[in-house]
Amino acid sequence: MRALAWHGKHDVRVDTVDDPEIVNPRDAIIKVTSTAICGSDLHLYDGYIPSMKAGDVLGHEFMGEVVDVGPGSNLQKGQRVVVPFTISCGSCFHCGKKQYSACDNGNPADNQDIAEKAYGHPMAGLFGYSHMTGGYSGGQAEYVRVPFSDVGPLVIPDGIDDDKVLFLSDILPTGWMAAENCDIEPGDTVAIWGCGPVGLFAIQSAFLLGAERVIAIDHFPKRLELAAKFGAEIVNFEESKTYEALMEMTGGIGPDAVIDAVGLEAHGFFADNVIDQIKVSTFMGTDRTHAIRQAIIACRKGGRVSMPAVYGGFVDKFPLGALMEKGLTLKTGQTHVQRYLKPLLAAIMEDKIDTTFLISHRMPLEKAPEGYKMFHDEQDQATKIVLKPEMFEARAG
Amino acid sequence: MTWEDDVQSDDAPSTTAKHGNDGDLKRFSRAVTINRDHGELYRFWRDFSNLPAVMDNIISITVLDDNISEWVAKGPGGSAVKWRSIVTEDIEDALIAWRSDDDADVFNEGRITFVPAQGDRGTVVTVVMAYDPPAGFVGRVIAKILQREPEVQLRRDMRRFKQLMETGEIATNVRNPAQLAEEGK
Ligand SMILES: NC(=O)c1ccc[n+]([C@@H]2O[C@H](COP(=O)([O-])OP(=O)(O)OC[C@H]3O[C@@H](n4cnc5c(N)ncnc54)[C@H](O)[C@@H]3O)[C@@H](O)[C@H]2O)c1
Ligand SMILES: [Zn+2]
Ligand SMILES: [Zn+2]
Repeated sequence: MRALAWHGKHDVRVDTVDDPEIVNPRDAIIKVTSTAICGSDLHLYDGYIPSMKAGDVLGHEFMGEVVDVGPGSNLQKGQRVVVPFTISCGSCFHCGKKQYSACDNGNPADNQDIAEKAYGHPMAGLFGYSHMTGGYSGGQAEYVRVPFSDVGPLVIPDGIDDDKVLFLSDILPTGWMAAENCDIEPGDTVAIWGCGPVGLFAIQSAFLLGAERVIAIDHFPKRLELAAKFGAEIVNFEESKTYEALMEMTGGIGPDAVIDAVGLEAHGFFADNVIDQIKVSTFMGTDRTHAIRQAIIACRKGGRVSMPAVYGGFVDKFPLGALMEKGLTLKTGQTHVQRYLKPLLAAIMEDKIDTTFLISHRMPLEKAPEGYKMFHDEQDQATKIVLKPEMFEARAG
Repeated sequence: MTWEDDVQSDDAPSTTAKHGNDGDLKRFSRAVTINRDHGELYRFWRDFSNLPAVMDNIISITVLDDNISEWVAKGPGGSAVKWRSIVTEDIEDALIAWRSDDDADVFNEGRITFVPAQGDRGTVVTVVMAYDPPAGFVGRVIAKILQREPEVQLRRDMRRFKQLMETGEIATNVRNPAQLAEEGK
């Protein structure tokens, strides 16, 4: 089959690789009809995530048709399914608590060593996201082997377009969980750093969960425009001073809850960011963390900090004092996707959440390397890129 | 070997002591909580012929009688390490202890306990093992390079045991059965 493989920093290629087949009883094979490029993929593209190997097939946001099932799967050939990016067994202690991204069993035994060493505990397997999270072949491919297919994939009723439900695989639940982690109370203002796909879904989710106001921060006009369309007040950090603006806009209180939807590649010419960048390039540190620092400093006393953004390693100058002295609560984690699939599908069907607005580009799988470059270099225009393995080159665009 | 903690002033298992684990025998342990009944886990383990499914470096286990079995493991450089294992203690649903017989290439002994976990968490399974490192230090270095260092092996085997008992299968990232065969599994 054809699949998008990682070969190094800023080097991804569409290769011909072995087809997947059923290996374990609970497996299913999915023929991919739509798959998206995620902000998390950019962290791989930029070489920030350790334990990648040349040839690894990327992609963790995908859906398609069931073409083969093992004897332990409850799916049927021909069904259309959206697949969660977290590979979770459904029967361990953590799955029982619906902490799916902490599943004990989704990650192969040998791969678990890496995270046990780095983080103290291994986490769930993830599709197409380094060997630390399992080394699984991802969804930016014609076919995918999906383990634990009896508890992960969500069957999509006929007549609903791929584009409407594809983001159930990751970024919609991620935006939702980010807002849920804000423990929103009536009258609250939520400030969100980053108006990428995750930030934009967090805006919609925060309003649905009862926020009175949402303030969104970014520097790309097109993305800020989308944020405003969903009712957020916007701050362009290149034109305004973020902390000062937030204080004035909230009458000196500060936002009741803050969300970091930026992650380890924060943009901007801020002193801390520049120092972080120098350290990264000289291997003295890993993560660029301007957004989370600023969010903690701006958050009101006794407020809540929600961090869906991905970090991999260590950070410098983390404002631990502010976190402690102001009595803040910090919640984070890879999304427990399986927990949110059914309620969010219902919200989409009832038109409570808009998903298709996000897609700026659709292209064939063969054009994936161009898609990565575009999503990386032209973030203002490219809000979300969906790859369609069955689309012909001629119809691209 | 004594399993009980001898001179300790705290409640930590003796295998986690900072000092005093540097005799001839290398001792180590691993505990894992498995979301299953202790009787079920005990019965799986007590039938030693089940174990190659979760033990990556074990080629075969032949059960000779209730207490004696013959084990063949992958050794350094494609060699095979063989020994007979004798059950030295057996408490139904709770404990199995074993040791290799005197002709073993690598002397080893071990004990596994199955204790109901607190709350509704299933069973705490703890393995304590001791072995005579092959050819001393150099042997261990070779074993480490081959990733067959017994401690590494134990922690991976225990994860596979948990996976099989909790999910009915052993997680793998291969794309197809041919790749699985290539990895020798
Ligand atoms: N927790 C999870 O399970 C999960 C799932 C998906 C994505 N993520 C993570 O969420 C983050 C966002 O994902 P995305 O797909 O929306 O990414 P994205 O790269 O499309 O969006 C990030 C946005 O942040 C903006 N930004 C950069 N620096 C900023 C700053 N200093 N202040 C304010 N805004 C700034 C960028 O302009 C961009 O619009 C990433 O770190 C991604 O890895 C986490
Ligand atoms: Zn994603
Ligand atoms: Zn699980």
